[in-house]
Amino acid sequence: MSEPAPSVAPASRRRLTVTELSRPVLARGVQLRFDDSRGRWVLLVPERVLAPDDIAIEVLKLCDGARAVGEIADHFAASYAAPRETILADVIELLQDLASSGFLVERAGPR
Amino acid sequence: MSPTLTDASPAFAGEPADGLLTLESGGSIAQTYGIPLAVLLELTHRCPLQCPYCSNPVEMERASNELTTAEWKKVLTELAEIGVLQVHFSGGEPTARRDLAELVRHATEVGLYSNLITSAVLLTRDSLTELADAGLAHIQISFQGSEPDLANRVGGFRNGHAKKLEAAGWARELGLPLTVNAVMHRQNAHQLGEIIDMAVALDADRIEVANVQYYGWALKNRAALMPSDEQIDDMSRTVEAAETRLKGILAIDFVIPDYHAVRPKKCMGGWGRQFFNITPAGKVLPCHAAETITDLEFESVRSNHSIAWIWRNSEAFNRYRGTGWMPEPCQSCAFKEVDFGGCRCQAFALTGSAGNTDPACSLSPHHQQMFDIGTRDSEGATRFLYRNFAGGTLEPEPQ
Repeated sequence: MSEPAPSVAPASRRRLTVTELSRPVLARGVQLRFDDSRGRWVLLVPERVLAPDDIAIEVLKLCDGARAVGEIADHFAASYAAPRETILADVIELLQDLASSGFLVERAGPR
Repeated sequence: MSPTLTDASPAFAGEPADGLLTLESGGSIAQTYGIPLAVLLELTHRCPLQCPYCSNPVEMERASNELTTAEWKKVLTELAEIGVLQVHFSGGEPTARRDLAELVRHATEVGLYSNLITSAVLLTRDSLTELADAGLAHIQISFQGSEPDLANRVGGFRNGHAKKLEAAGWARELGLPLTVNAVMHRQNAHQLGEIIDMAVALDADRIEVANVQYYGWALKNRAALMPSDEQIDDMSRTVEAAETRLKGILAIDFVIPDYHAVRPKKCMGGWGRQFFNITPAGKVLPCHAAETITDLEFESVRSNHSIAWIWRNSEAFNRYRGTGWMPEPCQSCAFKEVDFGGCRCQAFALTGSAGNTDPACSLSPHHQQMFDIGTRDSEGATRFLYRNFAGGTLEPEPQ
């Protein structure tokens, strides 16, 4: 069987548990884009438009399937005053919510 | 094709994390009527299926009256320019249009998120691949039951169920997010549990479990479709149990039938508030059933007016917009900005005036009458009047 395409994971395998080592990426059918007419970033998903706040937008932009969640937390720890553990917990909570809704998958392949 | 879109903005499936709220157009800026986030495009009324609850008008548009490829492309460009983000390609059966992939590609090029609402029976693996390559982001496939005998009878189309299962498989192979659309009524209510299991087996992301809404074709077939109170309770319990069991696996949206409700639904999120659709001939409607309100006139994209002008200024959109039009008991009701008076099409169908309170509301003077119709029709005859261009064909007597 061939490798699945990078951003594609069947729903049955999608109960991704987000950890510091996960390398999440937006699932197919999920698009992060700037909405010119409303002047804000939006996350387009099936049947909905989500409005991430500034931090969520920054986190989502870093979800490229290459970076681990731990690296994303490092990125924020460098520019925010909060302890890294707190930041990591917040990032995991945000991403777990998206993963449970099927909007975020783990890039297939070796870590 | 899609009685499931009556609530154009369903709530977030799970508990949204902080900072990730569902954007609802018009939400915090009521009265300004910003351009909707999503628009339903009914490309054609042609469809190989004959579902007796079809949301298309009883008087359907002929192919010769449909917008051309160039006209639809112009519409898509205009929608993107005025701030629409998502388009739902629907029908009739949208894949009956040979230019569908071209339209999806154009939508992608102008930055629109494309959803396809389809019966799937005309799809081939190649045509679905072409749509995915054109940028299709999501597909919704309708199912009429959990097994072929009933499903094919409801759709009035031989072998349709098997084709749908096959097409759903292709969608998942292509990595397209898949929603199963299940329209529920008295004759398939008992299969709901199996339909949900089928959605899981098909690896779907979502299921819309929508009870029939009774306008147009469904109103003609009300006696054959109306569920009993007991069936509604069973369906609610089945959905509730499945939501718990399938959290994180399958998202479920559930729409109950109005005839069994006490409070009206916030139909379309409020008339002219966050939704419009465009018919095959280019008319711009506040709801896909709005043409059942026979004393309203609708502007067309073929007119000299822009779509944004039609949304903001046309008589059809403004007549029932906001709360100013409301009669009592709505006008002094604490819920008037919660449900916006319910459904105008239903008020018209059951009371003769679209300006009346939706009889689904227990405060409507017509509520008891509606409840009685629900009870009576739940014991009606089972023969369908199939939807077609000839004004409907009655199902043959069982052999």
